[in-house]
Amino acid sequence: MKAEEHKLTAKELPVGDILEAGTAVAFKTGAWRSIRPVWNAQKCIQCMICWISCPDTSIIVKDGKVTGINYDHCKGCGICAVECPKKVCAITMEAEKK
Amino acid sequence: MIKTTYAKGKVVAKTGNEVMAEAMRQIAPDVVAAYPITPATEIVQIFSQFVADGLVPTEFVAVESEHSAMSACIGACAAGARTMTGTSSQGLALMWEMLYIAAGLRLPLVMAVINRALSAPINIHGDQSDTMGARDAGWIQIYSENSQEAYDNMVQSTRIAEKLQLPTMITTDGFIISHCMEVVEILPDEDVKKFAGEFKPERYLLDIKRPYTLGAIDLQDYYFEHRFQLADAMNNAIPVILEVAQDFYKTFGRKYDLYEKYCMDDAEVALVIIGSAAGTAKVVVDDLRSKGVKAGLIKIRVFRPFPAKQLAADLAKLKVVAVMDRADSCSGAGAPLYTDVTAALYSNANAGLPLPKVVDYVYGLGGRDIDLDHFHEVFARLEKIKAGGPIGPVVEYINVRK
Ligand code: SF4
Ligand code: SF4
Repeated sequence: MKAEEHKLTAKELPVGDILEAGTAVAFKTGAWRSIRPVWNAQKCIQCMICWISCPDTSIIVKDGKVTGINYDHCKGCGICAVECPKKVCAITMEAEKK
Repeated sequence: MIKTTYAKGKVVAKTGNEVMAEAMRQIAPDVVAAYPITPATEIVQIFSQFVADGLVPTEFVAVESEHSAMSACIGACAAGARTMTGTSSQGLALMWEMLYIAAGLRLPLVMAVINRALSAPINIHGDQSDTMGARDAGWIQIYSENSQEAYDNMVQSTRIAEKLQLPTMITTDGFIISHCMEVVEILPDEDVKKFAGEFKPERYLLDIKRPYTLGAIDLQDYYFEHRFQLADAMNNAIPVILEVAQDFYKTFGRKYDLYEKYCMDDAEVALVIIGSAAGTAKVVVDDLRSKGVKAGLIKIRVFRPFPAKQLAADLAKLKVVAVMDRADSCSGAGAPLYTDVTAALYSNANAGLPLPKVVDYVYGLGGRDIDLDHFHEVFARLEKIKAGGPIGPVVEYINVRK
């Protein structure tokens, strides 16, 4: 079970609606997804268009190469699948299995 | 009459707008973003001339509206820049949503506001409806009776704002002060600079080593705590405002308080008033004093935070009080200063102090004159009430053709 979040008091909170940077990493936006992108390593030509297009930096790149998708943060918007070159079609959107 | 209090001060003849621009030049903020509006136009016009002439290193941002002016100021201040602007009336009204954001983000902006009536009907002359309407925005509000006070308040402004992390407006009455030439003591540039000190924000957006998000959404679980922080800052602002005033007095020799007490020591009837009309009223107080009437006057300088406790204690010694409002709240139950004064008295009465009788006068809307005879009329009524006469209507409108 997840420990209950400690809600900061007015005294503990930084003054003036300040939130430390990088908190989105801890926020698993992937839970909202209804369809998921599935990446095909064989078809991929490494053009990086999906990486540039993804609004949630969820295309995982290692050593300059796409290696997969970060499902913890991917919202399933499908932009990567649309932007992947038509002739390549290395990303397809599939229903999220419930 | 302004007495020179500082050996190095220079006595000059200047308008309210000119001295406010002068104080801005001396403080030399990093950024000024502004849009012109009568009667505050001159402040930013003169200041932009200072920038063009290379007299001040400020980044001047000419924007297309007051909403943009306040937005640019918010951005600049959040980035870590000492930021100032100026406006009036409709301009302040157009800044409306941004005023609350500046306060909510706790950005210590300073704004010169030249008090002017709000439309409709359109009118460019002085009353305090504009800033009174912004009284709940979370800004410090400091009012000035004359050009000297406007200048001195500006000199003190950045320190107050920055220490409290609260945006601060310094006001004067449109035309009556903004455009009238008065004798003013201007302090030397380097002394003002030293007094204002440097702006060293704890956190600022251009601090790339400690990045953060500013102004994120806050729902049921955090909004209230943030708003409580703002209320708490305002609740604790008075000592800081007094501390800066005390240092100003020690450095430059002119005394400032939350409000000025004029002939209040043994007064039985008195006015509570804000701004330039206090000057006229003081003449009447002097006249009445020479005739043996125990008249007095309280001129509010700091309206936000409202000095409720101090004021109630001073007013409790009186028999009858007239609150003079140069704004109306159209609430059907008295104008802004009146409701704050009576609320302060009532809260104080719970602590066991006596209550004076209080009436309210709305005066001077749209720049309508209030002269010696009007103040005599007010005091004559207070004297009658003191002698046991009927109070009559609590809220009166003076010098209007009903
Ligand atoms: S579906 Fe959307 S969020 Fe997920 S990887 Fe593709 S572009 Fe990014
Ligand atoms: S857009 Fe398609 S081909 Fe290009 S890198 Fe992404 S998955 Fe591979």
